Amino acid sequence: MIAEFGLAALWLAAALALLQLFGAFAGVRGGSADLVAVVRPAAVVQAALTGLAFLMLIWVFARTDLSVLLVASNSHSEKPLIFKISGAWSNHEGSMLMWVVIMAVSGGLIALIERRLPEKTMLATLGAQAFVSLGFYAFLLFSSNPFERLSPVPVEGAGLNPLLQDTAAAVHPPGLYLGYVGLSVAFSFVVGALLTRNVTPDFARVMRPWVLGAWIFLTLGITAGSYWAYYELGWGGWWFWDPVENASLMPWLAATALLHSASVLAARDALRTWTVMLGVVAFSMSMIGTFLVRSGILTSVHAFAVDPERGNFILALLAIYIGGALALFAARASTIAEGERFALMSREGALVVNNVALSAILGIVLLGTLYPLLTEAFGVRVSVGPPYFNPVSASFFLPMLLVLIAGPLLRWRRDSFARVQRSVVLAVSVGLVVLFGVGVLAGLGILPLLGMALAAAVAVAAFAPLRGRSLRRLPLPVWGMVIAHFGIAVSLFGVACDSALTVEKLAAAKAGDTIAVGPWQVTLDSIEPVAGPNWTAIEGRMTARYDGGEGRELAPQARSFWAPPQETTESALLTRWNGQLYAVLGKEAADGRWQVRLWWKPFVTWIWFGGILIALGGLLSLLGRVTGDLRLRERRRLIAQRHGEAVS
Amino acid sequence: MRTGFLFVLIAAMFAAPVAAQDRMPPAPYAYRQLDDPALEAKAQALMETIRCLKCQSQSIADSDAQMAGDMRHEIRTRIAAGESPGHIRKWLIDRYGNYVSYKPEVNSVTWPLFVIPLVLLVVGLLLMRHRFRKSA
Repeated sequence: MIAEFGLAALWLAAALALLQLFGAFAGVRGGSADLVAVVRPAAVVQAALTGLAFLMLIWVFARTDLSVLLVASNSHSEKPLIFKISGAWSNHEGSMLMWVVIMAVSGGLIALIERRLPEKTMLATLGAQAFVSLGFYAFLLFSSNPFERLSPVPVEGAGLNPLLQDTAAAVHPPGLYLGYVGLSVAFSFVVGALLTRNVTPDFARVMRPWVLGAWIFLTLGITAGSYWAYYELGWGGWWFWDPVENASLMPWLAATALLHSASVLAARDALRTWTVMLGVVAFSMSMIGTFLVRSGILTSVHAFAVDPERGNFILALLAIYIGGALALFAARASTIAEGERFALMSREGALVVNNVALSAILGIVLLGTLYPLLTEAFGVRVSVGPPYFNPVSASFFLPMLLVLIAGPLLRWRRDSFARVQRSVVLAVSVGLVVLFGVGVLAGLGILPLLGMALAAAVAVAAFAPLRGRSLRRLPLPVWGMVIAHFGIAVSLFGVACDSALTVEKLAAAKAGDTIAVGPWQVTLDSIEPVAGPNWTAIEGRMTARYDGGEGRELAPQARSFWAPPQETTESALLTRWNGQLYAVLGKEAADGRWQVRLWWKPFVTWIWFGGILIALGGLLSLLGRVTGDLRLRERRRLIAQRHGEAVS
Repeated sequence: MRTGFLFVLIAAMFAAPVAAQDRMPPAPYAYRQLDDPALEAKAQALMETIRCLKCQSQSIADSDAQMAGDMRHEIRTRIAAGESPGHIRKWLIDRYGNYVSYKPEVNSVTWPLFVIPLVLLVVGLLLMRHRFRKSA
């Protein structure tokens, strides 16, 4: 019953989306008021219905109702409750339902509160939102029904991939989906603005919180996913340029560019066409990301659904949405006036550099991700990996950071370099000191060296906008910018240090042996068997001393899960402010010794701290924008009220 | 007789990556580093750019697969014997195809990978020039 209830709610929501589309169409065409009046309520009720369906799915997962096919093939009665619940969206059908829920809730939210744009633009926006949703409802109901029953009912479920029974893996997909959906809302606003020829600073202001929100979640999603890969895969790698990782990076790059160009449009009424274009690109990237991950075109941990029918379905959606959006853009781009002018040496000028560089990096990542798929279609297999992505993207990223040093200090419209010279010279000299200091000390690769130097320079420059301003009166978005830019520097420093300074030690050890890795002395004390709720493991008890200091314990495990049967390595980490010791227990060798893998990774945690800082910067910015909007709304209400009193 | 035995031994060593079964103990240098740090660094740098053919987007330096271990052994042994990384990569490509190398070579198939970023650079610069020329 529960499953059928969920399915019925989904069908109803889909029907409402269709109604919403018709109502919006009528509204834009100036049709009957009755039909138009239904648009906003339809969006709100959809949100409630899909939310209900999602609760039903979580319920059947929590109870391990094995008569539901999805539960039987992805869950198991002997699994911790938290992973039973997260199992609801750690699979193809559940994750698509989650996508639809987030989308409907966002649609309901804009229908409920957003009244700043002309009503016609809002109707067109909600219509676009309904149009996009319909595709996903169709996909869900026709080819990925999460509530399908199974008969006969099996005795036990197949279990969840142990790699996914993990907290980071439980929060990583919702994070990315919130991001993807946020970009789809931004896209709906773009379509609304294009259809009603209303690309204005107001449009940018209304769209901006959605882009910001999407960007925050994408940042967090990527950060969590990267940390998960780092500790779960057991070799200390944190970014593989895997197509699935790229699928999350590309929307992030597009959203970052969109965020910056939307600020220009909101503040200065410039870069109109560019902002609209980036809105289309950002949504296209999240669709391509979904396609890559969900179609099974890639063989990866993430591509649960190896099913060509679904792949074709998503490909068709992709073609309709991206093709339609690009066609609309092409048809309407010429009608968008150019907007305000500005000089190269200005805030806008620096942001144009940011936009062009980010778009180029996006192009490179897209090329490197899709090219092997393309050649494979013609029977030639090539691999494009870190030796390609790292230098090619760095050749755009590092110059962009140089501009980042000066950009935030420049004034809008026109400025002179002399005015910001002092701060820039300070930041650049710090960078040069690091460059030569570190360069003389150790023979490092050119990219890590440049990375460290630029990280130092950007870190100093990030705080330069605070100079000479009252910190208490500084608007939140400025704080957000400062912290996010500082986060970029922190992250970059972690990346450069990890790639240049990591020490690796592979050893075969027996109990009592001590292994040196970097500044650490690690002693293997004993090997013990241990058992968890749904696994057994061999655990290596170790004591590690940093620089002969106090001993700290760590216990990497080699785990065997029985549902489904799979072996994983659980790495053990010891964190210090200046890095992490990473230990893995391998297999037993013939002579009774155990393989032990140890890494000392200086400053590696800064990569993810940086990611969190970037997201925090985004959050402050979002809070600043939203409270600003609310205050403005309140003031307008008061003025209107006073005006009303004066008239009466 | 003795040469025959030696031949079999050598053949077995070279055949290891293909013939390896999951039950066999891992090859000696799969989980052991070279004693010379400079040589090990060289081997590590190469291994990070060789694809594990049994994994999902991981290099052989990041993989627990038996085959990746065998390939690590192969690379470390060859580096220790003084072979250059470029030469080993070429040997691997001859054996497993271009797919095994994460570092695409410039050839008739892959040239767009290198030309398109340059085009992007030029287009970006032109865009900016166009934009700022008008406004200046």
